[in-house]
Amino acid sequence: MRRTLEEAVLPAFVALLVAAVVGDILILSFGQNPGSVYRILIDGTWGNAYGFGQVLYKATTLTFTGLAVAVGLRAGLFNIGAESQLAAGGFLAALAGLVLPMGLPALATLPIYLVAAAAGGAIVGAIPGALKARFGAHEVITTIMLNFIVLALLNYLTAAHLKVEGTLHTAEIHAGALPRLSSMIAPFHGSAANVVLLLAFVTAAAVWWFLFRTRRGFELRATGLQPAAAEYGGVNVGGVWWRTMALSGALAGIGGLNYVLGYKHYYEESFASGAGFLGIAVAIVGRNNPIGVVLAAFVFATMSQGGLAVNAVVPKQIVDVLQAVVIIAVAASVPEVRRLARSSA
Amino acid sequence: MSSVESSASPTIAIRLDDIHKSFGPVHANRGASIQVARGEIHALVGENGAGKSTLMRILGGMYSPDSGTMEVNGRDVTGWTTAAAIDAGVGMVHQHFMLVPTLTVAENMMLGREPTTGGQLDRDRVVREVSELSKRTGLAVHPERKVAELSVGEAQRVEILKTLYRGAKILILDEPTAVLSPPEIDELWQVLRGMRERGETIVLITHKLDEVMEISDTITVMRQGQTIAQLTTSKTTPAAIAKAMVGRDVQLAMHYAETSPRAAITSAPLLEVRDLVVDGPRRAGAVSGVSFAIAPGEILGVAGVEGNGQTELLDALAGLRPVRSGAIRIGGVDVTVLPVKSRGDAGLSHIPEDRHARGLVLDYTIAENLILGQQHRFTNGPRLDNDAIVDNARRQIEAFDIRPAVPGVTARSLSGGNQQKIVIAREMSRSFQVLLAAQPTRGVDVGAIEFIHARLREARDAGKAILLVSADLAEVLALSDRIAVMYGGKFATILARRDASEEVLGPYMTGAEHAA
Repeated sequence: MRRTLEEAVLPAFVALLVAAVVGDILILSFGQNPGSVYRILIDGTWGNAYGFGQVLYKATTLTFTGLAVAVGLRAGLFNIGAESQLAAGGFLAALAGLVLPMGLPALATLPIYLVAAAAGGAIVGAIPGALKARFGAHEVITTIMLNFIVLALLNYLTAAHLKVEGTLHTAEIHAGALPRLSSMIAPFHGSAANVVLLLAFVTAAAVWWFLFRTRRGFELRATGLQPAAAEYGGVNVGGVWWRTMALSGALAGIGGLNYVLGYKHYYEESFASGAGFLGIAVAIVGRNNPIGVVLAAFVFATMSQGGLAVNAVVPKQIVDVLQAVVIIAVAASVPEVRRLARSSA
Repeated sequence: MSSVESSASPTIAIRLDDIHKSFGPVHANRGASIQVARGEIHALVGENGAGKSTLMRILGGMYSPDSGTMEVNGRDVTGWTTAAAIDAGVGMVHQHFMLVPTLTVAENMMLGREPTTGGQLDRDRVVREVSELSKRTGLAVHPERKVAELSVGEAQRVEILKTLYRGAKILILDEPTAVLSPPEIDELWQVLRGMRERGETIVLITHKLDEVMEISDTITVMRQGQTIAQLTTSKTTPAAIAKAMVGRDVQLAMHYAETSPRAAITSAPLLEVRDLVVDGPRRAGAVSGVSFAIAPGEILGVAGVEGNGQTELLDALAGLRPVRSGAIRIGGVDVTVLPVKSRGDAGLSHIPEDRHARGLVLDYTIAENLILGQQHRFTNGPRLDNDAIVDNARRQIEAFDIRPAVPGVTARSLSGGNQQKIVIAREMSRSFQVLLAAQPTRGVDVGAIEFIHARLREARDAGKAILLVSADLAEVLALSDRIAVMYGGKFATILARRDASEEVLGPYMTGAEHAA
């Protein structure tokens, strides 16, 4: 446990330091003072309730997509399809919301939304999983292709049948909207953070428990590390593949609740806007460890919100560069960090 | 005058003094010292996990020692790099080959130091040089063949040749005979003797005492990270070496011992295989019509040169490879199309031939590996019962003397012999009727071989049916009640133990003789 935590946190920490140094150089090149730009970035995110609320909101979706990718990688599967799985989850939850009777309390609707979102993502995830198990089709190829197919299909359905004229979104959902955090904690007023955040924390804990404490998790990780040994150990490797892809898709799909039912109360074309792809970075920076994924989701959410805050003084694309630096640094630093951890132990 | 020179005391090629090396909690070398004279064949012996490979990897520059000093040809080289070691003529041939399978022999040889003329690779020159070196050393290879097409024995010759091609004058061989057939081993000894005559120095890591006696001049014995004896081969005995290695007297000779009451043999067979046909990864009909039955209390040994369908036969029996036709019955139950887990439930236990790929999840702990395949028996609802897993680990570690005796260390950090003990412990402590034992003692030391053979005999005497597949003919002869020889996907013959001997089996193994 101590070791997994160290593995999860240390690389991200080192990566942030490296990113900070690169950030300094970039900010200086724009003729600004790094100290004051970072001050603006912190003030605009963790420094005030609204900004912090936005960080929480962004971290929520990223936690789900990060968990989705991490679970796949633990089984040796590289799920590039979180983007369309996220969209499909949000879409199916919106459909459920549109047919549910108005005025149901959130307590009654949440389980329904949860199942609908999970099912939407799981279906999209299970297809490449089953194709791999049955035909050996590589999931990287099939998930990328399915992204195009699913997103186009959802756009078509929305545009042709569901959208409100003059917009790109569905009608508003009135059945049991999920409460925003601002309804409980007043200073969050205006921010999109909502109770799906709590669901993200619970889900991360559940995924950790599943991976490291259950028989299925044991078999999933064995399959990821050494498929031949898992097969020898009586594990149905093909079964693990498609079930894990379904689970991965379900996790991404649940993330769709955050925007669709926690924030806007309608499904909108391309609402995922890259959060699925950023989940890959979140999983890698979080070392495929659910705790690490939550922390990494906060790091990326902070940077993305902070980019908006500093946009007045430096181009917000600086933040995109920093995100890339974090990813590269983590990917590169892992062996170094392990050695560091070993010699200090 | 010249006779005085040749009898002068030989100079020291290698001197390692008081070497310490730890990997996390594992103290692999704790004060190891070794002296190797120039122009001798020096055997470094010890049980698996004694620290032999670690010590030699330190010499080869792969690890640097935590403390201690290293000298090569009188020069202090403590903590040098692999590049420096290669430059100084120290070359190591590893247990696991480090060749690029898609490249030719010559291309593998030149990898890392490619000669060019006018910016172009000078392939012809390498082919020429390799052919010359091959002729001079007696290591026969075809420079233009792809490594993927070579047999294991040929691949090893390429490894040795590659090391020599890079100018090695001190050659370290890590258990070179583990993958070789008896004639290939004889060939290797000739090559090594030739090198010794040319004044080159050889360190041979091994735990096979017959090899030590046959080929070495001097012996250093390691036990638990320490070098505990240096012996002169001509003045010692296998029993004395074994005692130094293990720390107690060891039963060395492998003798066949029949069970006393053999009445059980008449009862219904526990494993029945009929007309089995199995396709291999590259070859249809890798197993082409094999039938046999094993009764309770019987060991059927399968001898044969590797690659004659043994692997495919084992995989098919274990449920890891589909059967094209034929039938497999375990305890009367037809398991031909059942998955691995159901076969386990029917009473099948399996020591796989490749512990690294199949037998272990290397990044799982000892405790986790000890339940692989039984994970459904260590649950509490959906959860794994961690207390039961750790309890089980402590029991097995104690019963099978797995070192280090720490349930939470990963299998990867263990020596080959201790890794194999995990597999043996797991497969033999569960309840089973039929055991597939594939290469059960490959890469395992003397003490552990004795132990594993005793467990196999115990299982037989307890009425289990055992299929033993081994490339080690002595092992097959020592354990089996009946012996089959596999050649070209078929059983060339099945003989009763009393009718079998190396001389009788040899012609069947090479395909020179067939069953009538």
